[in-house]
Amino acid sequence: MQTLNYEFPADHPPARRAHVGVVGSGDLEVLMTPEPTGTARVRVRTSVDGFDTVWRIVLERFFARHRVAASFELNDFGATPGVVTLRLRQAIEESQT
Amino acid sequence: MTSPAPRDWAAMLGRTSFIELEARARAVALLDDGTARELCGPFDRIESPWLEPQGVVPESDDGVVVVKGGIDGRPAVVIGVEQAFQGGGIGEVSGVKIATALSLAARDSRDGTPTAAVLLLETGGVRLQEANLGLATVAEVCSALLELRALQPVVGVVAGALGCFGGMSIAAGLCTKLIMTEEGRLGLNGPEVIESEAGVAEFDASDHTLIWGVTGGAQRTRTALADMLVLDDVAALRSAVRDAVAQGVPDEHRSQRIGELRARIEAVDPADPPEPSKLAAVWADAVPPKGGLR
Amino acid sequence: MSRGRNWTHALADGAVSGAVPSVITADAVLGDDTGRLVAVVPDPGSPYHRARRGEVGLREGLALAEALTRVVTEDGQLPGDRRRPVVAVVDVPSQAYGRVEEMLGIHQALAAAVDAYVSARVAGHPVITLIVGTALSGGVLAHGMQADQILALDDPGVVIHAMHKQAAAKVTLRTVAELDELARRIPPLSYDVTDWAKLGLCDDLLHVENADEPTARDTRTVKDALTATVARARQGPRDLSNRLTSPGARQTRTASRRIHEALTAQWQRPWQ
Repeated sequence: MQTLNYEFPADHPPARRAHVGVVGSGDLEVLMTPEPTGTARVRVRTSVDGFDTVWRIVLERFFARHRVAASFELNDFGATPGVVTLRLRQAIEESQT
Repeated sequence: MTSPAPRDWAAMLGRTSFIELEARARAVALLDDGTARELCGPFDRIESPWLEPQGVVPESDDGVVVVKGGIDGRPAVVIGVEQAFQGGGIGEVSGVKIATALSLAARDSRDGTPTAAVLLLETGGVRLQEANLGLATVAEVCSALLELRALQPVVGVVAGALGCFGGMSIAAGLCTKLIMTEEGRLGLNGPEVIESEAGVAEFDASDHTLIWGVTGGAQRTRTALADMLVLDDVAALRSAVRDAVAQGVPDEHRSQRIGELRARIEAVDPADPPEPSKLAAVWADAVPPKGGLR
Repeated sequence: MSRGRNWTHALADGAVSGAVPSVITADAVLGDDTGRLVAVVPDPGSPYHRARRGEVGLREGLALAEALTRVVTEDGQLPGDRRRPVVAVVDVPSQAYGRVEEMLGIHQALAAAVDAYVSARVAGHPVITLIVGTALSGGVLAHGMQADQILALDDPGVVIHAMHKQAAAKVTLRTVAELDELARRIPPLSYDVTDWAKLGLCDDLLHVENADEPTARDTRTVKDALTATVARARQGPRDLSNRLTSPGARQTRTASRRIHEALTAQWQRPWQ
C-alpha cells in the first residue's frame, strides 16, 4: 500500500461534498469535500505500489479539465485509469445534483 | 412459507438487480421513499485502525452502512454489508457498527418507538486481518440481534453470489425471517475452506452444482433454513422485506426450535446421507415429538 | 489427551455425564452456588467423521443448546439473582468442516447454541467461559464467546483466534512468517494468550502449574477464580456492554468505542 499526495490549481468550488464508489477489486472510493483555498488537493491511498507517475498523469489530465477546488480522498483497490477518471467525474456530478 | 422458484422470464428481464447495487443503494432501496438517513457514513471517516498498518487500504465506512428510515411507515434501520470491500469481512468497526445499531433499535423499541431491523448479509464472516476483534464483534452482533429480536423483527437478506458464511451465518440463523434469492448462498464454512481443511473428497469447491445444491437459496428455502425465495429484483426484495416486517415477532424463532433441530439431525445417517435434492423430503417426515424440550 | 475433559473432571463435584459423548456436563460447587460445567470434548467414535477431535458440529451445537436450555428451564421459577452459574469449559479446535454438516445446516445448530447461551445470560445466569486449551473460530463463537466473563489459563497451549495459523495465512495471502511478524505489531492478529488478554475481552488470566492435567492446587486456584467471577457477573450487565468498558477495551478498542459513541449520538434525531 502506498499513500500519494498531489495538488493542482483550481477555481470552481463544488456545491457540496460527494461520495462515490467502494474499495473493491478494480474500484475505488472518492470522498470530495469543498475547499475554499483555490486548490484541488488529492490524497491517494492505493493497494498497488509503484504507480506514482501514472497517478500523476491521470490526475493532471483530469484536473486540467475540471478545475474543482476541493479535497479528494481516494481509497483505491487497483482501479484502472479509466475507472479512476469515471469515479472522479461521478463525484463532481453527484455534488451538482 | 415458500414462494415458488422464480422462472418468470418477463419478470427476469424487466427487473432491476438488487445485488448489483452497492450496499448503500441496497439499503436505501428497501426504505420508504425519501425517508433514508445514513448514520456514521463515509464523511465520519471511522475506519478500521488495523488495516493501514498491515498495508491494506481501508474504506471510509469500514464496509458497513447503517441507514434509518421507514418501512411501510414504521421506523426501521437497514444495515448493509458491502460485499466488495474485504469480502464483506466483519472487523472491529464494522462489527460494532452493526451491534450498536441493533442495540439502539432495541432501546427505541423498549422506549415506545418499535424499530425493526433489516440485515443485508453479503459476508464471508470474520475479517481475518482483524482476527480476534472480528471474532469478538461477531459475537456482539449475535447478542444484540437477540436483544432486538425479542421486541421487533430482525429480517435477514442474503441476495448475492458472495453469500453469507462464517460467523455471520450464525447471525443469519438467529434472524426472525430470512429472505434469499437463487443466487444467494448460506453456510458456516465456505466450499474453499472445507476443501482446504478436509480435502477435495469431502467437498469439491469447483463443483458448482454441489455448492448451490447444498447452500443455495432455493435449497435453503425448500428445507426451511430460510423463509422466502425471491427474484434478484429491487421491487421483489422490497416487497418481501415489507411482508416479513409486517409479520412481527413470532412466538418461537427458528434458533429456539431445538426439538425440530434434533428431529432433523436424527433423520439423517451421517454415514449415508441423502442427496441434497432429497433432503427436503426426508425432513418433511422429521417431526419432533410433542412435549419435552421445545 | 483432552484438556476440556481433564479440567471438567478436575472441577466437578460429583458425576460427569453427557447426553452425547462429545458434550459433557457436571456440577461444581463455587462458593454458595452450584454451577453447571459444560464442555465439548473429542469423541473418536462419533458418526460424524469431521467432528471427532472436539470440533463443534451438528450434534455438539444441538447438545449445547439442550444442556443450556435445561438449566434455564429448571431455574425458571427462581429469582433472577439466584439462578445457577454456567461455566463453559473451552478447548475446541474449530467448528466441524464437512459436507454433511453444511447440507444439514451446521450454522443453524451453532445458532441454537448461541441463542441458548444468550438466553441463559439474559435470564440472569452468570455465564462464564473458562478457556483451557484452543478456542478457535466458529467453535468458540458457539461455545464461549457469549459469556458475561471470560477467563483463560496463562499457558502457551491456550490459543484463541479466528482461524488456525496455516489457514489464516492462506486466506490472507501471507506466509506464516509474515503473519507472525504482523502479529507482533497488531494485537488482534496475535496467537499469544497474553496479547489476547489485552483486547478487553479477558476478565482474568489464571496461572496454573499444569494446564494439561491440573494439580489439586490448580483446581483450587481456578475454582476460587470462578467463584469470584460469579459474584462479578451477578453485579454486571446482562448484555455484552462490559466488552467496551473494560480497562483493556479502553486501551485497545478505541475504534469500537468511537463508532459506538458516534452512532449513538447520530441515532437520536427523529427518523422522519
